[in-house]
Amino acid sequence: MTRRLSVFNVTALVLGFAFLYLPILLLVVFSFNASRLVTVWGGFSTQWYVALFRNEALMEAAWVTLRIALLSAALSTVLGTLAALALTRYGRFPGRTLFTGMVYAPMVMPEVITGLSLLLFFVAIGLDRGFLTITLAHTTLTMCFVTVVVQARLMTFDRSLEEAAMDLGAPPLRTFFSVTLPLISPSIVAGFLLAFTLSMDDLVIASFNAGPGATTLPIKIYSQVRLGLSPEVNAASAILIGIVAVGVVTATLLSKRSALRSRRSAH
Amino acid sequence: MIVRSFPKKLASALVPAVPYLWLGLLFLVPFLIVLKISLSDPAVAQPPYKPVFDWSDILGFFGQLDLENFETLTGDDLYLRATLSSVRIAAVSTALLLVVGFPIAYAMARAPERHRPLLVAMVILPFWTSFLIRIYAWIAILKPEGLLNQVLMSMGLVAEPLTVLNTETAVFIGIVYAYLPFMVLPLYATLEKMDDTLIEAAQDLGCPPWRAFWTITVPLAMPGVIAGSLLCFIPAVGEFVIPDLLGGSETLMIGKQLWSEFFSNRDWPLASAVAILLLIILVVPIVIYRDVEARRLETRP
Repeated sequence: MTRRLSVFNVTALVLGFAFLYLPILLLVVFSFNASRLVTVWGGFSTQWYVALFRNEALMEAAWVTLRIALLSAALSTVLGTLAALALTRYGRFPGRTLFTGMVYAPMVMPEVITGLSLLLFFVAIGLDRGFLTITLAHTTLTMCFVTVVVQARLMTFDRSLEEAAMDLGAPPLRTFFSVTLPLISPSIVAGFLLAFTLSMDDLVIASFNAGPGATTLPIKIYSQVRLGLSPEVNAASAILIGIVAVGVVTATLLSKRSALRSRRSAH
Repeated sequence: MIVRSFPKKLASALVPAVPYLWLGLLFLVPFLIVLKISLSDPAVAQPPYKPVFDWSDILGFFGQLDLENFETLTGDDLYLRATLSSVRIAAVSTALLLVVGFPIAYAMARAPERHRPLLVAMVILPFWTSFLIRIYAWIAILKPEGLLNQVLMSMGLVAEPLTVLNTETAVFIGIVYAYLPFMVLPLYATLEKMDDTLIEAAQDLGCPPWRAFWTITVPLAMPGVIAGSLLCFIPAVGEFVIPDLLGGSETLMIGKQLWSEFFSNRDWPLASAVAILLLIILVVPIVIYRDVEARRLETRP
């Protein structure tokens, strides 16, 4: 079923994508601006990138952010996958309603509430704010997103493959690791990437739970932005945008290759 | 059904138990603590706040309630104004998102099938770049000497720079920009499933296109409209970063209020009371959203 798009539809798409992408493009262009004034073009220069890499406080924060994101994404991928399995494969276990509520609540709960409540909890159990508290907070927030992504895949999953393995005498755990897991792995990877991005990006929850021991990049950027626009932040932003672009292109190429492979093996 | 031995049963019970315990400990318990502190005396609970948390005294917990913080909230009209302004800003933003998002989602759903995955990816892609940075980009655009005013003035459309930054208009632009994927994707999902033959039948029977749109397309797209609107409205009410960076000091929002009670005034009990207030505002939309989502998941093929 192919249709020609009407002029109105094409206009909507062009305007919509221009709105979404122009601000990001402008930011990248102006990160190569020689002028200190953020909105006046003064020639091409990479000086802000040099300044950025010499800015030790920013680099340190970037490193902390990356470590927190990797650790919390790994934890939340495991927890989220378990939760997705519980919701799709365990029927009506006791307390299921509360469980479902707790899985969906952090996704819609305003971040200021999640951040504040976790902080008060950490204070109540006497845990010092810093690297560990941000990691735990991010794991709690992002595991729900992993659950939703993996659950969607498990719902459209052909159970007969698992049943076949069981009929051929594979024990449940073996079935899970050799049949189920490979089939749902793309959604687990997607969930991990989503959790990683959310953690790298979070300002509000991290602000509540950061301590003298650890500051993340968004907190640093936020405090710089409050003081006014800074060309170094432009450069940092452009790098982050570049990392995302490379990641997306790589993921696309990988998924295309695996799609081709599976099509070939089907013939 | 295979009869399983006890250790295997235990292993299989771990699957729901581990995430259950995690969420109970790090989501439910913290929430109850907020509730407790919102009902505790500010004089006692000043930071560095050392709560004597007596886990065994759950019943006593309800015996020592103190509504003082909530009296502060209802007594000072600042909180009422912040609440009303948050709901109004979120509602207007959601309406704008529908107006902006519907044509995009509709065009995506009408596009040839082989192009659709690419279009969906293009809508999601900006979401993967930092939220803070995307809001930051708008500061450079909306400033008095920013790009928008430079363009408008060089075209001779305005004589004086427009004041957009630090106004509510900037907050609307920021929310629409940041939340657009959350509106477009649920709308696209429902519009894509729509049966074109209904429109064709209406046209064969002499129904003008705009009327076919209002009597067929819009009612059928309703689940997507509701899901998208709630998905945007709920976080928009508690939004902090956008009103703080684009709205300036003039824009009152409840999320900003909570932030300043906590970080500037260091009144933790009052901040907790504001959190509970925000949650009370959002309870109804969150419950509706949960039901809509649950139904949407059940009707999947």
